[in-house]
Formats: sequence, structure tokens, C-alpha cells
Amino acid sequence: MSFIADYYNYWIVVFLMMTGFYIVISASNLVKKVVGLNIFQTSVFMLYISMGKVKGGTAPILTEGAAQYSNPLPHVLILTAIVVGVATTAVALSLIVRIKEEYGTVEENEFEKKDDAI
Amino acid sequence: MELLIDLVLLAMLALTALRIIFLKDLFAVVMLFSIYSFLSALIFINLDAVDVAFTEAAVGAGISTVLMLGTIAITGRTETPPTKSKLLPLLIVVVTGAALIYGTLDMPPFGHADNPVHEHVAPRYIEESPKEIGLPNMVTSVLASYRGFDTLGETVVVFSAMIGVLSLLRLRKRDADKNPESGIKAHRVLQVIAKIVIPMIILFALYVQFHGDFGPGGGFQAGVIAAAAFILYALVFGLSNVFKVVGPKFLRILAVFGVLLYAGVGVYSMAMGGNFLDYNYLAENPLSGQHYGIILIELGVGITVFAVMLSIFYAFDSQIERANIQ
Repeated sequence: MSFIADYYNYWIVVFLMMTGFYIVISASNLVKKVVGLNIFQTSVFMLYISMGKVKGGTAPILTEGAAQYSNPLPHVLILTAIVVGVATTAVALSLIVRIKEEYGTVEENEFEKKDDAI
Repeated sequence: MELLIDLVLLAMLALTALRIIFLKDLFAVVMLFSIYSFLSALIFINLDAVDVAFTEAAVGAGISTVLMLGTIAITGRTETPPTKSKLLPLLIVVVTGAALIYGTLDMPPFGHADNPVHEHVAPRYIEESPKEIGLPNMVTSVLASYRGFDTLGETVVVFSAMIGVLSLLRLRKRDADKNPESGIKAHRVLQVIAKIVIPMIILFALYVQFHGDFGPGGGFQAGVIAAAAFILYALVFGLSNVFKVVGPKFLRILAVFGVLLYAGVGVYSMAMGGNFLDYNYLAENPLSGQHYGIILIELGVGITVFAVMLSIFYAFDSQIERANIQ
């Protein structure tokens, strides 16, 4: 039981990462691919935050009577990563909008037919 | 108890992600992704990362969802059935996943206080930062002071994302003026509620901005929440109306101002005889110098993030309105 509790978070992280990866390589719609990338990204966030957790610790804000704090460093790294993540997602989505304007489709399997037209 | 919540929430997260694979309706995919973000925010709270949870709830569930909905409004909401075989992707994913699971067995067990991550700089941050920086929130201390240079870099990345989006999607004021009837004019209830809620959202954003030194919050979260207030206004009352309050040109100036304010604090501390972004030299007393420095750079971050998020939304929304006119 303790073996499962020790590694459960990491296994879920791997599962989520592979789900995101599968969506990225199997979906043909570009918006869905971006959702897949975001799932992949969130799984990395989850890995960092899981590593920062200390059993019996509290949030890293100074309070009286708290003996143990969780590690604040992963929190800082991931906090900024989330905001940068949404900024890059916005760039990806605007590229998709431009692709739709130029090619009339955002389905990967339909571009292949249109390649000759360029 | 904490462990039980962790088990259940992570299982729900895995199920939500699994469901996204099989859905063909992109509207449902985006909504499930929003739920996914909210669930991750809950897990972050359970893992003691309150600041991260705050950001994930505002950014992942709020802004990302709006932008993705904006995109599928232009590109269409159903995915065509794939022509390629699913077998090869599945095989690749299973093999990679199995290798990674094997790899996790070498990881230090979850939650132990003597894991390598907690050994090196972390004890210094936890024990010394309240004395050196004088703030109870260690995340803010590390973000704004110890790793201030890093955060400046992140702010510049967010700023350059705005440049990228604006150069890909045209954003002109007269495009919005052509279509003054946009927005949800027919919904009386939405309009009344929005008018009551918007001031409260802005007030909350200001609280998060200036209380971030003492509790969860800070410039990143406050900027996103403030942008959400204006996004709500734009969605309900139309783009041409929100342009009368904050125009796109003004936002560009704001975004630049935020980055320059941040970098300016760094240059000023150099002029006062310290290193770049060394707040100890900003005042006679190093502790109050740290205070001034952190308040100023958090303000710079908040202003930039607000301006960037809102500009990106404007760019998407004006694209949708152009698509509607044509």
C-alpha cells in the first residue's frame, strides 16, 4: 500500500503526459492538438508540484505554529510557467486562425490534399 | 485524509483527460479542458501550492478557455474522422509510457522531507527569506527577489507573445467600429449581472496585486483577473464599447510600460551601487528597499500581464467579428 502511495502521483503524471502525447500525434484537428499539448504541459506542472510537497507540511507562507513548509521553489517555477504557457498557447491558436484563413481548413488530413495547390 | 483527496482528484483528472481523446465535438473538448484545469487547481491546493492553484484557475480555466472558444468559433466545432490508423500512435505511447513508469521507480518516494529536492536551496529560502526579505509569502520572495532576473525574463516572454499574436492577427479599431451591434444585447440578465460583477472583479484584482506579499497572489494572477473583468465586458457589451474604455493602442503602451518599469527598477538599483535587481540598495534600510522593489516589480508584472492578455483577447475577438461580417 505504501508503495502505491509513494509513486501514485508520478504514475498519474506519466498517464496524463502520454494522454496528451497521444492526442498530439493522433488528432487531425489542430485545435485538439493544442489541447493535447496543454494536457502534456499540465502533467509536467503536476510532476514539479508533487516533488515539492512535504508530508505534513503547509503552504509556504509564514504562519505561527507551522513546523514544516512545502518547498516554495517548484511553486515559483510553475507559477511563471503557467502564464508563459497561456501566452504561447495564444500564439499557437492565432497561427491556427491564420491557417484557417489561408487554407480554409484546420484538419491535418485535408492539407495533404491541398499541398499541390500552393 | 489529504492522501485520499489526492487519490480521488488525480483519478478524476486522468478520466477527464482520457475522455478528451474520444470526443469529436471541439466545444465539448474545450469545456472538458476547462474542467481539467479546475481539477488541477484543486490538486495544487491539496499539494500546498496555493499560488500556483490561483494562477491555474485564472489562466487555465479562464483565459485559455476563452481563447480556445474564440478559435473554434472561427475554425468550426467538429473534428473530421481521421483517415490514418490509430495503431502506430497507440504503440508509441504505450512503449514511451512503460519506459517512463519504469523510470519513476528510481524517483524518491512522494512527500518525504529528506528528498533531494528539499536539500539544497529550499531550506535557505524557507528559513532565511522571512528575515532577509521580510515577507511572509516565501513564493513571492523567491519569485520577485531571489529569482527576480528569471521573472523579468518570463515577463519579456509574455510581452513577445503579444507581439507574435498581434503580428499574426490584425487588430484595428475601425474593424470593431464597423460592427457596433456585437455583444449579447438580448440578454438583459447577463447585462445586469455583468455590471454588478465587473467592479468586484477589478477590486479583487487590486487586492490580489497588493496583498500578494502576505498571502497567495501577486502580479501574474492580478493581471489575469483584471483582464478577465474587461473580457467579460467585451463579451456582453461588444468590442466597440470596451474599446471606448481601454483602446488597443493604450494597451500596447501599458505592456511596454510594465516591462520598462521592471527593468527600470533593476537599472536604478545598479545606479544606486548594487547589482541588477538588487533591491537592498533602493532604500537606507535593506528590508524596506526589498519592500519597495517587490511592490514595484509586481506592479510591472501585473500591468504587462493585464495588457498582454487583453490585447490577445482583442485580437481574437476582432478576428471573429471580421469573420461574422464577411
